[in-house]
Amino acid sequence: MASGKAIEPMQQFEIKKIVELQLFGTDISFTNASVWMLIALAVISLITVYGSAQRAMVPGRLQSLSEMSYEFVANTLTGVTGKEGMQFFPFVFSLFMFVFAANLLGMIPGSFTVTSQIVVTAAFALLVIGTVVAVGVAKHGSHFFGLFVPSGVPVPILILMVPIEIISFLSRPVSLSLRLFGNMLAGHIVLKAFGGLTVMLLGAGAWAVISPLPLLMAVAVTALEFLVAFLQAYVFTILTCVYLNDALHPGH
Amino acid sequence: MRFVLVTLIATLPALPALAAGDGGGHRFPPFDSSTYAGQLFWLVLTFGTLYALMSRVALPRIGSVLEERRATIEGALRAASAAQKEAEEQAAALEASLVKARANAQAIATEARDKSSREIEAQRVSVEKDLATKLAAAEARITETKMQAMGNVEAIAKDAVAAIVEQLGGKTTDAAVAKAINAAQG
Repeated sequence: MASGKAIEPMQQFEIKKIVELQLFGTDISFTNASVWMLIALAVISLITVYGSAQRAMVPGRLQSLSEMSYEFVANTLTGVTGKEGMQFFPFVFSLFMFVFAANLLGMIPGSFTVTSQIVVTAAFALLVIGTVVAVGVAKHGSHFFGLFVPSGVPVPILILMVPIEIISFLSRPVSLSLRLFGNMLAGHIVLKAFGGLTVMLLGAGAWAVISPLPLLMAVAVTALEFLVAFLQAYVFTILTCVYLNDALHPGH
Repeated sequence: MRFVLVTLIATLPALPALAAGDGGGHRFPPFDSSTYAGQLFWLVLTFGTLYALMSRVALPRIGSVLEERRATIEGALRAASAAQKEAEEQAAALEASLVKARANAQAIATEARDKSSREIEAQRVSVEKDLATKLAAAEARITETKMQAMGNVEAIAKDAVAAIVEQLGGKTTDAAVAKAINAAQG
């Protein structure tokens, strides 16, 4: 940092190739993003698969962690969708754990935040909405589209309401993906900006006097980002539950 | 909030120095579509593996452990409440037998007291009767002795009167003496 190199807050989101790979002419190189996806997978597997391997009646630390995660997601899911929502439990659990792990791993200095990539959050959002539509149609057939027709509303208003309902439904994946992406991106930019500011002020002669101020901010924002990491994973999960509930019970 | 403002205002003069170092002209990495295919590939791979691991291995296992624990705790609680109920029943039975035993003891004590007082009473009565009999016999004896003595007294008196009269030189008969004694006694 003493070289006076500019702080580039965007640098942390760059995809760097580690091993070049091609599949049918498509670039599927092993990158830093792949590394952190694999680390997230490894961490979750360590907690849930290895942690529960002992099947102890009195759980140890890892097993407690896995059971807490299990009950947390299960309670969230059944709280929103009721008992029949448990058929989606593996999906919702994997989703929560993956997003949460990716968010938290992104807090490690020098790491890469998988969920700060719009393509990843959009893929998750489309997966959720795709599941909702597929399950809704499979379970209720054309009744599923009753979701767009609020009951007990006069026809003239329906002409206005149905397009609004359709638009609001279609905007769900957009808002779902952008919320997570935006939060992760902005948080890390702010962190980097305050951190960079501290370093640059230290190297800017007399300005070094005020360098503790952005440092304090960086500390405060770090704490906030840990909260956001959990909160956004939770928000993503609970919205997934709400949308799945629509697939199970389409009536308004 | 005020702290944030102070920080921002304090660092404002340093901004030109910061901006000077920025080369610029970078593409915003998350919108670089050339990386999308690779990211999606690895995401499908890792998330697919995660889903398979969770749905096949981890979640059924954790679920069964939780269910087992719930059953164990429930069973233990049921056993505990059954044991407590049994203990309460036994305590009640013990209490009842204690009450019964106490009543028994009281009855036995009362009976013993009654019996002994009856026996004492009977003994007393018999002793009294015995004493009365003996008393009566003694009195009869005394009376008899007295009568006997009194009879003797009459004969002695007759003899004495006859002797006295003779000594005085008179003559007397038994009939006259008896008459005189009767008159003296009369």
